[in-house]
Amino acid sequence: MDLAALKTQLKNFVQSMFEEGVLDNQFSQIQALQDSTNPNFVEEVITLFCNDAERIINEINRNLGYQNVDFSNLDSYVHQLKGSSSSIGANRLKLACANLRQASDERNKEGCLQALQLITCEYCLLRRKFQALLHLERSIVELETNQK
Amino acid sequence: MEEKMGGSNGEDSGEDQFPVGMRVLAVDDDPICLKILANLLCKCQYQVTTTNQAIIALKMLRENKNRYDLVISDVNMPDMDGFKLLELVGLEMDLPVIMLSAHSDTKLVMKGITHGACDYLLKPVRIEELKNIWQHVVRRKKPDSKDELAAPNHDKARGGTGEAGQTWVACSSDQKVNKKRKDQSEDEEEETEDNGRENEDSSCQKKPRVVWSVDLHRKFVAAVNQLGLGDQAVPKKILDLMNVEGLTRENVASHLQKYRLYLRRLSSVATQQANMVVALGSRGPSHLRTGSLDGFGDFRSFTGPGRFSSASLPSYQSRGTFGRLNSSAALTLSGISSGVIQPGNSVNGLRKIQPVVFPANQNQNGVLFQGITASIELNQLSQTKSTNHFGEYNCVDERNVFRISSSFPDARVVVGSSSNSLSTASGNALVLQGNTQQVQCSAAFENLPSFGMTSLNRESNDLSVRGSSNCLEHGRCSENWQGTVQLSNFPPSNEQLPSNNLQESIPWRNSSPSNGCIALSSMASSAFLGDSRADMLCKAGLNNSYSHVDSRVSASGSMMDQSNAVSSNTNDVSLFSHLNGEAPFAVWLSEGDKSSFDTDLRSNDNFLFLQSKPQNGFSQNNFESLEDIMSPVFKLEQNNETAFMDGGFGFDVAYPLGSCM
Repeated sequence: MDLAALKTQLKNFVQSMFEEGVLDNQFSQIQALQDSTNPNFVEEVITLFCNDAERIINEINRNLGYQNVDFSNLDSYVHQLKGSSSSIGANRLKLACANLRQASDERNKEGCLQALQLITCEYCLLRRKFQALLHLERSIVELETNQK
Repeated sequence: MEEKMGGSNGEDSGEDQFPVGMRVLAVDDDPICLKILANLLCKCQYQVTTTNQAIIALKMLRENKNRYDLVISDVNMPDMDGFKLLELVGLEMDLPVIMLSAHSDTKLVMKGITHGACDYLLKPVRIEELKNIWQHVVRRKKPDSKDELAAPNHDKARGGTGEAGQTWVACSSDQKVNKKRKDQSEDEEEETEDNGRENEDSSCQKKPRVVWSVDLHRKFVAAVNQLGLGDQAVPKKILDLMNVEGLTRENVASHLQKYRLYLRRLSSVATQQANMVVALGSRGPSHLRTGSLDGFGDFRSFTGPGRFSSASLPSYQSRGTFGRLNSSAALTLSGISSGVIQPGNSVNGLRKIQPVVFPANQNQNGVLFQGITASIELNQLSQTKSTNHFGEYNCVDERNVFRISSSFPDARVVVGSSSNSLSTASGNALVLQGNTQQVQCSAAFENLPSFGMTSLNRESNDLSVRGSSNCLEHGRCSENWQGTVQLSNFPPSNEQLPSNNLQESIPWRNSSPSNGCIALSSMASSAFLGDSRADMLCKAGLNNSYSHVDSRVSASGSMMDQSNAVSSNTNDVSLFSHLNGEAPFAVWLSEGDKSSFDTDLRSNDNFLFLQSKPQNGFSQNNFESLEDIMSPVFKLEQNNETAFMDGGFGFDVAYPLGSCM
């Protein structure tokens, strides 16, 4: 596929993510931060985010596995995840975090588990899409370097 | 870990091209936020140093106080509380500190302010906000030697508005300022303050600035009042009357100018408020004192486009009157839909409500009004089935707001159940909760159009989510949701609706009737979607709902029994059949796919495989087979999958109590 078509594909893909609510405007800001001085910013941020998110989700999962759940600990994890989700523009994931936060506030373990499941779902979806996005980005970069 | 980025300017060069090169120290334990923040700051041409530990930050600051101009710090950090850092920096180094947080609780914001933060930003931080932060540095410049020209901290503690000498200015915009965007408006206020300083080079760091403290302003006002606001109030005379050393005529002149503007603004607001009071005939702005989010949240929760209106409108009378609502849901509904419109104490009162103000809702205002009248009628026909209501609303404008109106019937039901308590303060909360329930659906939508107010949206999402869970306790949601399911023809005004809605519907799962709600809410949300987007959203929504349903089922196993669920099931099923690869997360629950799913998940590049799974497994799924799906869910969840993804993400999410990875 030629470069222009790839770029259009990427653009459309991101746009579809916006439309689905998977991403929001914050992601545009991140994209805007990528320039010649910072050519891999988006990829770096996404990678950083995914690693961090998985770590946190694991932690939350582990926490919820205990008999006596430490809700305040849980809350700080959720807070973190929410913060990073919102910073990267992961809209739905961020909303899912709100659910978990609420369940955690209510000390409702059952609710927490459900909310965590939702978070997991959203994260899976997001990650899958991010991977596709990065794949496209890399192809573009590759084509661009080859053309030079 | 510490990093330095940004311009290569030395420590002194900042003065010349300030704010370019302003040295910022950013502290945040979240590496993503930190990275993004640092990059954003660089984009603003500041010189950025970052660290993810407060302790290191303190150390760096203590090493050399003059190394930084401004500190931005997260509130929640593992090694030290952000507020503590804030205090220490304020005490030891007297540097301006901006707090950052993902949570926007009023209490936290207040705490930040009382601890001396000069600003409180919500994550995600936007570049527009960062572009203004240099003002805090300027403001902190060595003030006039006068005692009255107190340091910003004192005034902050007193006025709670975040900036010295701005209390009187902030008052008029207090209500509207009490939200995330208050930072912006405050900045604007302060900007004009800066501009007003004639003969003062704000970029120069050494010149003393006149800080209009509360005391100083009080003197000023006293002098002005004494002279009378007419011709006599000339700066020279005011200055003489005030008899403050070091104050120049120019200072007074510019302050006077602003004061006049402020008064003018006040009077226009007063007329608006008067209008509202007249229309409502009920209590005045007793609840107007919006402690940022509180009022805002309330407002938001029962107002459709409330968010917008609250942003633009200083008066939150609707909240107060809302609490007074003893009447039917129609009132609340109208409250919701109108956002601004005050539900009167009677249905008739509603009719009188004019879509006052709310410039932000201009588009929706007219529509809202229609919705209100409609709701009033609906309300009066208390026996009216929800479907009927929908019929009425179908012809309504496509605005999200009207989505809200479509949920009126629900509100009606809900509100009715709690109407007894409506007259009390707690009733207020109940009503709000009732509203939030429907508003959940709508709130999600409301949020969406306000792209510019993303932060608000988030807040409201939080609040509305909480509200909705409270609503559940009233136990009426199933009815409501059934009603909403029938909504089918609302063109989407915002694509994000379904996702928001779905998220917010999650807490409703807590009570069994809400099982249906989940699917229903997703239905509702998808109903709102029109065109092709609807499909996408539906799928996404359905996926969500499906997964929710799944967990719900596995949790209680009672979902199938819910007639509500069943009714929604059919809808969902049809929607599911449209799914084409957008339901990965629902799909992975199906048994046959499980093992391969795991494998796929483990491989980085094969994530796309997930897509194919749903298509096969899903389209035939209907709710009868939910049980089939549920058992694998149990299995999957009980399975101690340790390495779900690269990050060792365990998938045993919901049920393996004690059986962790």
